[in-house]
Amino acid sequence: MDFMGQFRRRWWGRFFSLFWVALLSVGLFAACNQNSSPSSDADTPASEAAGGSLRLLYWQAPTVLNPHLSTGIKDIEASRLVLEPLAEYNADEELTPTLAAEIPSRENGGLGEDGTTVTWTLKDDVLWSDGEPFTAEDVAFTYDFLSNPETGATSTEFYGDIASVEAVDDQTVKITFSQPTPAWSQPFVGTSGMILPQHVFQDYVGAQARSAPANTQPVGTGAYQVVEFKPGDTIIYEPNPNFRGEPSAFERLELKGGGDAVSAARAVLQTGDADFAWNVQAEPAIIQGLEAGGQGEMRYVFKPLMERIFFNFSDPNQEVNGQRSSAETEHPFLSEKAVRQAISLAIDRQTITEQLYGEAGEVATNFIVAPDKYVSPNTDYEFDLEQAAALLDEAGWVDSNGNGVRDKDGVEMNILFTTSVNPVRQKTQEIIKQNLESIGLAVELKSVDASVYFGDPANPDSASRFNADLQLFAFDSETPEPDSYMQLYACDQISQKENQWGKENVSRYCNPKYEALLTQLGETLDPEARQALLIKMNDLLIEDVALIPLVHRSDPLAVSQTLSNLDFTPWSASTWKLNTWGSQ
Amino acid sequence: MTSAPPPNLKLARWRTAWARFCRDRMAVLGGLILLLILVAVLLGPVIYPISYSEIDVTQATAPPSWAHPLGTNALGQDQLARILWGGRVSVAVGITAMLVSISVGVLVGTLSGFYGGIIDQGLMRLTDLFLSLPQLPLLLLVIYLFREPVRAIAGPEIGIFLLIILLIGGLTWMTPARLVRAGFLTLKQRDFVTAVRALGAQPSRIIWGHILPNVIGPVTVAATLGVGNAIITESTLSFLGIGFPPDVPTWGRMLFDAQNYLVSAPHMVIFPGLAIFFTVLSINYVGDGLRDALDPQSNRP
Amino acid sequence: MLRYALKQALIAIPTLIAISIILYTILALAPGDPLGELASSPSLTPDVRENVRRALGLDQPAYIRYFKWAGSFVTGNMGYSFVSPVPVSSLILQRLPTTLWVVGLAYLLAIAIAFPLGILSALKRYSLLDQVVTTLTFVGFSIPTFFTGLLFIILFSVWLGWLPFIYDSTLQIRNFSSLLAQVKQSIMPIAVLGLFQAAVLMRYIRTAVIEELGADYVRTAYAKGLTGWAVVNRHVLRNALIPVVTLIALDIPTIFTGALVTEQVFRVPGLGSLLIDSIGRSDTPVIMSITFIYAILVVLFNLVADLLYGLLDPRIRY
Repeated sequence: MDFMGQFRRRWWGRFFSLFWVALLSVGLFAACNQNSSPSSDADTPASEAAGGSLRLLYWQAPTVLNPHLSTGIKDIEASRLVLEPLAEYNADEELTPTLAAEIPSRENGGLGEDGTTVTWTLKDDVLWSDGEPFTAEDVAFTYDFLSNPETGATSTEFYGDIASVEAVDDQTVKITFSQPTPAWSQPFVGTSGMILPQHVFQDYVGAQARSAPANTQPVGTGAYQVVEFKPGDTIIYEPNPNFRGEPSAFERLELKGGGDAVSAARAVLQTGDADFAWNVQAEPAIIQGLEAGGQGEMRYVFKPLMERIFFNFSDPNQEVNGQRSSAETEHPFLSEKAVRQAISLAIDRQTITEQLYGEAGEVATNFIVAPDKYVSPNTDYEFDLEQAAALLDEAGWVDSNGNGVRDKDGVEMNILFTTSVNPVRQKTQEIIKQNLESIGLAVELKSVDASVYFGDPANPDSASRFNADLQLFAFDSETPEPDSYMQLYACDQISQKENQWGKENVSRYCNPKYEALLTQLGETLDPEARQALLIKMNDLLIEDVALIPLVHRSDPLAVSQTLSNLDFTPWSASTWKLNTWGSQ
Repeated sequence: MTSAPPPNLKLARWRTAWARFCRDRMAVLGGLILLLILVAVLLGPVIYPISYSEIDVTQATAPPSWAHPLGTNALGQDQLARILWGGRVSVAVGITAMLVSISVGVLVGTLSGFYGGIIDQGLMRLTDLFLSLPQLPLLLLVIYLFREPVRAIAGPEIGIFLLIILLIGGLTWMTPARLVRAGFLTLKQRDFVTAVRALGAQPSRIIWGHILPNVIGPVTVAATLGVGNAIITESTLSFLGIGFPPDVPTWGRMLFDAQNYLVSAPHMVIFPGLAIFFTVLSINYVGDGLRDALDPQSNRP
Repeated sequence: MLRYALKQALIAIPTLIAISIILYTILALAPGDPLGELASSPSLTPDVRENVRRALGLDQPAYIRYFKWAGSFVTGNMGYSFVSPVPVSSLILQRLPTTLWVVGLAYLLAIAIAFPLGILSALKRYSLLDQVVTTLTFVGFSIPTFFTGLLFIILFSVWLGWLPFIYDSTLQIRNFSSLLAQVKQSIMPIAVLGLFQAAVLMRYIRTAVIEELGADYVRTAYAKGLTGWAVVNRHVLRNALIPVVTLIALDIPTIFTGALVTEQVFRVPGLGSLLIDSIGRSDTPVIMSITFIYAILVVLFNLVADLLYGLLDPRIRY
């Protein structure tokens, strides 16, 4: 036992000396640091590559560099530096060619007379970053890749009406639709249209798609190629030597992911630790404080993205056929137009927009908020508590039992109001709760974790189940032709148990007048008639208070003062023209 | 020593303990502060008339003033009213969740350490399991499975409260359990315990009278840590949608909301932080005092 | 003791299998969706959702998915992540060095601070030093690490401009200046984490030492005429170490799972941020692999703690 005692004592000694050494070394590190000059970043090898390095911050980190397999916009932002679509809409909503030589039109024969075909002519001097030539076969292959159900591509919705995609010759690709399609410019355009190289992906169509090495080491036609990719963390890019255009002003791009939006904004605006930060939504007071740092400024790119309130037109408190919020039921009070009008009047959109979004948002009054040509000029917005209360009085909703909450025929105006967990949404909820309680409604707030709320509808807390009276979230119509967005209020899109709550009409709204216009829209090819029709549909929804538009949102970008020649568009990734950015 | 002391002796022992406790200045001070906090959160919202939820954006992030003694938050809501109102939830959750965690931990640790063998084996493997559970998915699962039933049984507020303290307690009892077990392992071989055992004392008497008082030290630390932890965890839970509705201003939530205003409106951070700090600190001193008062070996004057 | 260790190791295997089944069940039942992020976009129709689920293998029953995962875990590649199409093992290996460097060093720092201060504050109980240390410790408990982190950033990065607050994981140490850069970017995360853990440990060490100081044998030792430090070193510390060893054994596995909040604040690409991102996206293969490795470490280190008790106090029987 004495041996053990000795052992223990010795062990003790070592234990202590080890930690003192550790302590000393840590102290030494700290001491070294204080001797160095404040301009510390100059020491990193990243910046050793002369002023030619650009540091991008994405608080959501990209995890895959194949946009067709991506589960979020962050991946598309990162992929766009390497991969390109045929064409993209610019900020003026004009379609501009990227890999295409020109935009198809009636005049140049690109668009078929009957509206079922579109023929793209491609640029002829394009090489993939590995030196292979880019041809129409690659476009046709991309369609084969993403339309194969085994691939599990997330972009297929924009390719739904396609009958075939064929390479006529090396520079010509012809798309045939199964019916006349006004939205011919959806496939191979914008964020969902990036072209994949056939020679790299041909063995990875279908079930093998996810094991393709090029999902993390992409080969593209864009201005950059990937040197190093750590999923969920960092991507290092350098210029693509085979790129057809002007060489980039930057010899190296570092895209760093993770963290939170405010600290990303801080790094660009206040300390200059980064040059560009994406999607840094934060309260205006915070952003203003950071902007005072003078290292950078905010840019707001308004998207077809709108924060809105969804009404539940069915009854969430009554179970019919094994489901709550069954389309066969009617909401006890939200199905009355006067009540919806009163709620709309009682919500202070101005305060919500100014206090919570600042320059990053505008008060929304329409269902369609972009593109400009489809935005209705006929709608208006009012905040008037008195008028709201008067409307409810008129409709017979008064506080008859003196409990502080309006009621009628024994039905109390109790509202359960849900949204996803997000600080701005929780504050919006609080403001709206106060608004509505001031006109005599009782409001209970609930917030649900975003992955549950927007996730599998099997969960009763998900937004598509809508087991509540009001919901708050944003919706992005993504493409300049809002045809699929208009389906949001179609009767056959009502989310129900029968379709596993997989459809998009979560409000369970069904209006024959709107249905008629929807049918008409599918048959209208003439651009001007479409414009008038879409505005009419928008006005119908707004007039009927099918929803309450709150805030038209932008993508808030933080950019360094040292960057110039920036070009952003709502219809593509913010990195789409990064190769033309300049640095002072 | 083997037979139960007569009641008056037992009483005398408690009296001595109480006297010892009273002599510990820090413990008494801690007790007073804790009492003050309890009274403040219980009666505060009654006495202090300003609403905790009233929004006034013209007063957003205002520094402390006569109208708002602790300033306002980003929506112009009164911070003092929020601290008092939210304190009810935070203090109640903090203390009860800690009690749940400590009780379960002490029970498991005691059984495991005292009886050893197969009981020890089983309980320690269970501890291993609980330590390795991924908390976030588990919480989401629990909400999914139990929120509605619990609401239906116990009502919305009490139901959520019970669920929260059981969850926090159920996910944090492992550290006290391992600590108590380690204490038992060393103590049950010590001379004084062996002696009592040889005299034929009941296991419960040995546990309560001789070993537990000796492991109360680490348990106290675990308890004080547990309170602060539970207050912060509660706010995390409400972010997951399991806790109280988002408009209930608990201390943890106020801290989270304030984090980006650290420079522009430091009062938003400082006051909820101080509230948690004083609660935890006072509980610690009370715990320390109790430890000394109850420790049979302690001979501090 | 060797027999005890062997027996425990044998028991550990069925324990771990049971744990893995329970973990998988929880993950399979827990709500959440790998496609949650895309949901508020009109592009995610039920067909697309169904195709993606099939491509990820989510259409199969849970027990088959479990066996597939178990098979791939045993062979070492741990299956493919749902969101980044690379093997889980490569994701973990990519982040392990950073995690060990930051979180591991932070823990060493915590121990190096906590031991001397904890012992001193116990020996000089109620002294000024003890009061100051105690107060600071409690400030540490009551302020969550995200706050300390933010405070450090504002102080050292924004106001003083000494330290960068974005951790660059691509930095390669090739010369003195890159070593310096590495050290500079590590100081804040290590300090924030280390100080918090030091506060916790210090409290336990202080209490444990106080506990032992009151024991009879210590008084006997003093009576024998031994000097203060000798008594402490030879008698008190060894016994006081038992709760501390318990605690450290509980903490070491958490070094592996990283430090969630601190990693987030300083953008340190460690396993903690990988785990939380994966949970947010319901990336079951990643979550399962990380938590199961963690479970292995938990079982292992609790066993090590049990063995150390015997080493520290030979009287201990299990």
